[in-house]
Amino acid sequence: MGGLQKKKFERGSATNYITRNRARKKLQLSLPDFRRLCILKGIYPHEPKHKKKVNKGSTAPRTFYLLKDIRFLLHEPIVGKFREYKIFVRKLKKAYGKTEWSAVERVRENKPTYKLDHIIKERYPTFIDALRDIDDALCMCFLFSTFARTGKCHVQTIQLCRRLTVEWMNYVIASRSLRKVFLSIKGIYYQAEVMGQLITWVVPYQFSHDHPVDVDYRVMATFTELYTTLLGFVSFRLYSSLNLVYPPKLDSNGESEPKEESEDDYAMNSESYLEKLSALSASLARVVSSADEEEAQLDQFPSEGEDMEKMEAREKELKQQEAQKKLFEGLKFYLNREVPRESLAFVIRCFGGQVSWDKSVCIGSTYDVTDETITHQIIDRPSVGKQYINRYYIQPQWLYDCVNAKILLPVEDYFLGVTLPPHLSPFVEEKEGDYVPPEKLKMMALQRGEKPGNEQEEDEEEEEEEGEQEEEEEQEEDDNGDEEDDEEEVAEEKNLKKMEEQRSQGKSLHVKVTPGKLKVENKARLEQEEKAEEKRLAIMMMKKKEKYLYDKIMFGKKRKVREANKLAAKRKTHDDAEKAKKKKARK
Amino acid sequence: MKKAGGKTALKRSKEGDEEQNQIFNFNRKPADEDKDDDLSDSEDSVYSGLEDSGSDSEEEEGSDEEEGSDDDDDKMKEKKEGEVSEEKKKDEYEHDSSDEEDIRNTVGNIPMEWYKDFPHIGYNLDGKKIYKPIRNKDELDDFLDKMENPEYWRTVHDKQTGSDIVLSDDQVELVNRLQRGQFGDVNFNEYEPMVEFFSSDVMIHPVTNRPADKRSFIPSLTEKEKVSKLVHAIKMGWIKPRRVEDDGRGRYYNLWASEDSSILARHKMHLPAPKIPLPGHHESYNPPPEYLFTDEERALWEQQDPADRKLPFVPRKYSSLRQVPAFSQFIHERFERCLDLYLCPRQRKMRVNVNPEDLIPQLPKPKDLQPFPTTRSLVYRGHSGLVRSISVSPSGQWLASGSDDGSVRFWEVCSSRCMKTVQVGGAVKSVAWNPNPSVCLLAVALDSVVLILSPSLADKQVILSSERLLSAQQEGEEPAEGNGSVVWSEAEGEELNQGLRLKIQHPKAVHQVVWHAKGDYLASVMPDNTSHLQVYIHQLSRRRSQNPFSRNKGLVQCVSFHPIRPYFFVATQRSIRIYNLVKQEMTKKLQTNSKWISSMAVHPGGDHVICGSYDCKLSWFDLDLSTKPYKMLRHHKKAVRGVAYHRLYPLFASASDDGSVIVCHGTVYNDLLQNPLIVPVKVLRGHVMTHDLGVLDVTFHPTQPWVFSSGADATICLFT
Repeated sequence: MGGLQKKKFERGSATNYITRNRARKKLQLSLPDFRRLCILKGIYPHEPKHKKKVNKGSTAPRTFYLLKDIRFLLHEPIVGKFREYKIFVRKLKKAYGKTEWSAVERVRENKPTYKLDHIIKERYPTFIDALRDIDDALCMCFLFSTFARTGKCHVQTIQLCRRLTVEWMNYVIASRSLRKVFLSIKGIYYQAEVMGQLITWVVPYQFSHDHPVDVDYRVMATFTELYTTLLGFVSFRLYSSLNLVYPPKLDSNGESEPKEESEDDYAMNSESYLEKLSALSASLARVVSSADEEEAQLDQFPSEGEDMEKMEAREKELKQQEAQKKLFEGLKFYLNREVPRESLAFVIRCFGGQVSWDKSVCIGSTYDVTDETITHQIIDRPSVGKQYINRYYIQPQWLYDCVNAKILLPVEDYFLGVTLPPHLSPFVEEKEGDYVPPEKLKMMALQRGEKPGNEQEEDEEEEEEEGEQEEEEEQEEDDNGDEEDDEEEVAEEKNLKKMEEQRSQGKSLHVKVTPGKLKVENKARLEQEEKAEEKRLAIMMMKKKEKYLYDKIMFGKKRKVREANKLAAKRKTHDDAEKAKKKKARK
Repeated sequence: MKKAGGKTALKRSKEGDEEQNQIFNFNRKPADEDKDDDLSDSEDSVYSGLEDSGSDSEEEEGSDEEEGSDDDDDKMKEKKEGEVSEEKKKDEYEHDSSDEEDIRNTVGNIPMEWYKDFPHIGYNLDGKKIYKPIRNKDELDDFLDKMENPEYWRTVHDKQTGSDIVLSDDQVELVNRLQRGQFGDVNFNEYEPMVEFFSSDVMIHPVTNRPADKRSFIPSLTEKEKVSKLVHAIKMGWIKPRRVEDDGRGRYYNLWASEDSSILARHKMHLPAPKIPLPGHHESYNPPPEYLFTDEERALWEQQDPADRKLPFVPRKYSSLRQVPAFSQFIHERFERCLDLYLCPRQRKMRVNVNPEDLIPQLPKPKDLQPFPTTRSLVYRGHSGLVRSISVSPSGQWLASGSDDGSVRFWEVCSSRCMKTVQVGGAVKSVAWNPNPSVCLLAVALDSVVLILSPSLADKQVILSSERLLSAQQEGEEPAEGNGSVVWSEAEGEELNQGLRLKIQHPKAVHQVVWHAKGDYLASVMPDNTSHLQVYIHQLSRRRSQNPFSRNKGLVQCVSFHPIRPYFFVATQRSIRIYNLVKQEMTKKLQTNSKWISSMAVHPGGDHVICGSYDCKLSWFDLDLSTKPYKMLRHHKKAVRGVAYHRLYPLFASASDDGSVIVCHGTVYNDLLQNPLIVPVKVLRGHVMTHDLGVLDVTFHPTQPWVFSSGADATICLFT
């Protein structure tokens, strides 16, 4: 036949992938360095379609990277820096070994450093790309900023993280872009809308961490390195978009701060300044000092039909958003010392409220407890000694619930020592058929502007009604289910059997004619049954593949219904138990 | 010694030394030596204290050198020192041991009792004996001495020499001072002010008056070497100048100032990591009560493997924000996320977003495909064992059934009356009514016998014609001999009265009998894996049997005749073979793709075959299309036991162990281009499951759209 014999694994997918070890060898990097490089450059492994083909016939579990990715890494200047660092470590070790302290010092002074700016630019070619990926960066920085300044990682990193997070919070306050807050058992989730991107981050509660042993802090530190750079550049851009000075400076309208620092000096270099900034109580200095910025009015375009409706909906939404931004405007809060100051101050300031706290808690408090104009005092203890008449003493959950509900909720449920209503996640958007907790329904009613019944009894009645409705729903659901049909069939069969038995009995004994009974046929029912049967028969004729898919979808649907029913049932039993308790208490 | 001397030298003054020498006169020599040392050292200490930190030898040299340059005051001492140094040299090697102080007695450090019995107590330096005092003092002497001698209290007995020594006032004073822990020297000031030589103040004068060394004027060679090494290292680039401290971190600028829209191919390919799912109500610190775990759920959660858990945490409720503790897994979760980001392969997954209703195929409505059986209208009761086989007479008036209770029953179809019961004495495996309408005969298979019954349930003429058919060959020769293993015999006596006409004895157990459409030929199946004797074809009119196959091709499950052409279908476990009986060759082999065929039916047109199998499948073959099934139907949940075609209507039915009979509409078009249309139209249930068996056989009424089914519950049902 002629021609060379084709060798295996020399073309096709086998040449597109490279195993991790081979990639490492190609780059001449140690495994930790390779790992760091992958983290910084955002290279991740790929799962080939045919593993055996790529793995040259072997089925050993291996990690594969795209060869293109590895080639791309070859030209990365940071690889050279890694090698330099390796050499630096070797020199340092040698000098130590020889106890040449002057050499140690000299080597130390020449420790190689590298910058990640170009990587950020390369990974995120546009600003929006960077913004989209900032969730993880924020979470990580917020976590690192809560670390103790000893062990685990460099103090500079922790300080930088703290600085960046404070800058971020200040930006969110200045732009008033916070949308949702959620107190979870893990930490506090925040969601902000920045330039149309929803950004969610979680902040752990303020406790010291007990560091787990099975966590590789080197990996975390590498990520943090990348994230701090990213977050810094994003903050810069965001600040400049709001005409704010970056690095942030406090607005020095009120107090004339002596400007000792030159323009070049970074404001954050002084620890106290960072503290002041992190107090979150003062607004930031602007490049162009302007009074209230005028909001861009949505222009009216002549439109028809559906477009019109959409426009209206959008306008309504915008209005609602505007209202939410000014949720706490005009309110004056005072934080007791036992509440999480930073979180609350952040939330209050994000929605235009004024906030202060005890002077001994943190710097930056603006007014005292004795201030008569305070409208709300946030408090989280069962009782308080001296109470002022002209202010509400409420628990911190009220603030968060208000933010999520986008309205000021009635304060009665959140008074001092009152059992709090459940705190719901604002991130859950119930679809049709999902279980909606009654608290959410109540909140939605409030949002629509309906007044809830004040009397307890009405509530109870409502609840009862709800319960009944639920039951009915359940029944209906059951009706829809196949089982019911089967049951009916069985019933019919029973009838038939009876008739037959009668007949046979008639044969064996004596022939007897009994007056027939009119069988009332429900037409609609019959039609339904017929349709159900038709469907069942059609399902029988489905192809195997489609049947599998169909079964899977239906299974998922049924499970959802089942779960919703389970939750509803659980709620009902709980409510019943509560009611019984109440009755007993009354007696 | 020297060192000790050096130390004390710093502290003592000269007078003190002299006094001391006077005091211990018996210690003269070593004391002198001491003094000499002291002297030289003290000089040293006064004038060259700075050099003191150096080595001892240097010190001595230094002191020697300095001596010459000293002031006049010291000249006296100098002379003295000269003498002393001579003395020192003399003394130096007199005795080696340095720790021995008293050297008048050379016996050494031994218990003096050893000399108790001798007149002497040792030897002096010259080797002469030292004699004890002539008269030893006894107690009385001692006492008298104590009483009389005023110096007694300051008298010390020297054991070594055996003499008494009277201490002087100074010596007593010294002892007292030492006992008090004070310095021996009275004039020594312990608290002299310290002169700070090594202070930060720069003094005008040098500490020593020594002229500068020569080496301080000429450049050092070693230093030169060192410097040249450094220079070389710098030249070669081994040593770099100190890096300018640039705080690159934390200095930010507008990175996206020139946002070029040139998007690399990489970015097109880039898959952003999925975001972390947002928390639900479960995660709240104060969730609604229904989201909290009950005890069972909690136990289940704890039992489950962490990977299987639906929620990675237990929902908790805290009555106030103050009580919420730190989440112990926080760092862990972050770390997991990091690992996911750089270790997880990413893939674009296309989510199927289909409406499940769209997946259901659009079939013609069953209503439009009527007639087909829909309801169970009659039940035939009477058997006491499971009814294995049923067959309908070609006229459609009679139904024959064979059961495990050893009887064959004949029923009138319309009235469900049992017209006749024939006890055959064995579990009936198969019954088949002769399809020829001009005769009325029934073939029954039980054990290893095939019986031909004439039930006489027809017109007289038909009965007569069937009798004639049976008796026709009696006159002819006996062909049974030709095939030794099969024996044809006539029924006699009682059996004849019951309608039994012929017995065909087989060598093995017969499982199935089938008639040819003409009614003259009859095939019987004896499944046996070991021999080629599995199928017999009998000719009734000539009472002849033959085995068409000479080779065993597998376990034969069932056979069937082609309704029109001389073809013969043989179903083995996994395939169906079609033989041409005229040419005596195999024409086709159908692959069923099922594990074990249970039953088979041939379409009255002869171009289609359905076959049911024990692995719940029903396969439809279009013989013109291919040898693979045209359609596989998995309608049943359990093994398919029987299948049947309707002779006139486009219907077929399958019976299964799950107790249901499924009737399907299967239109076969004359147009060869159009594939058959198969639509399930009805699921019929009427049999009760017994012993895990449901419906065992199914057959259609020859003219009406009715279907009969026989079940393991000993009943036969008619669905109309």
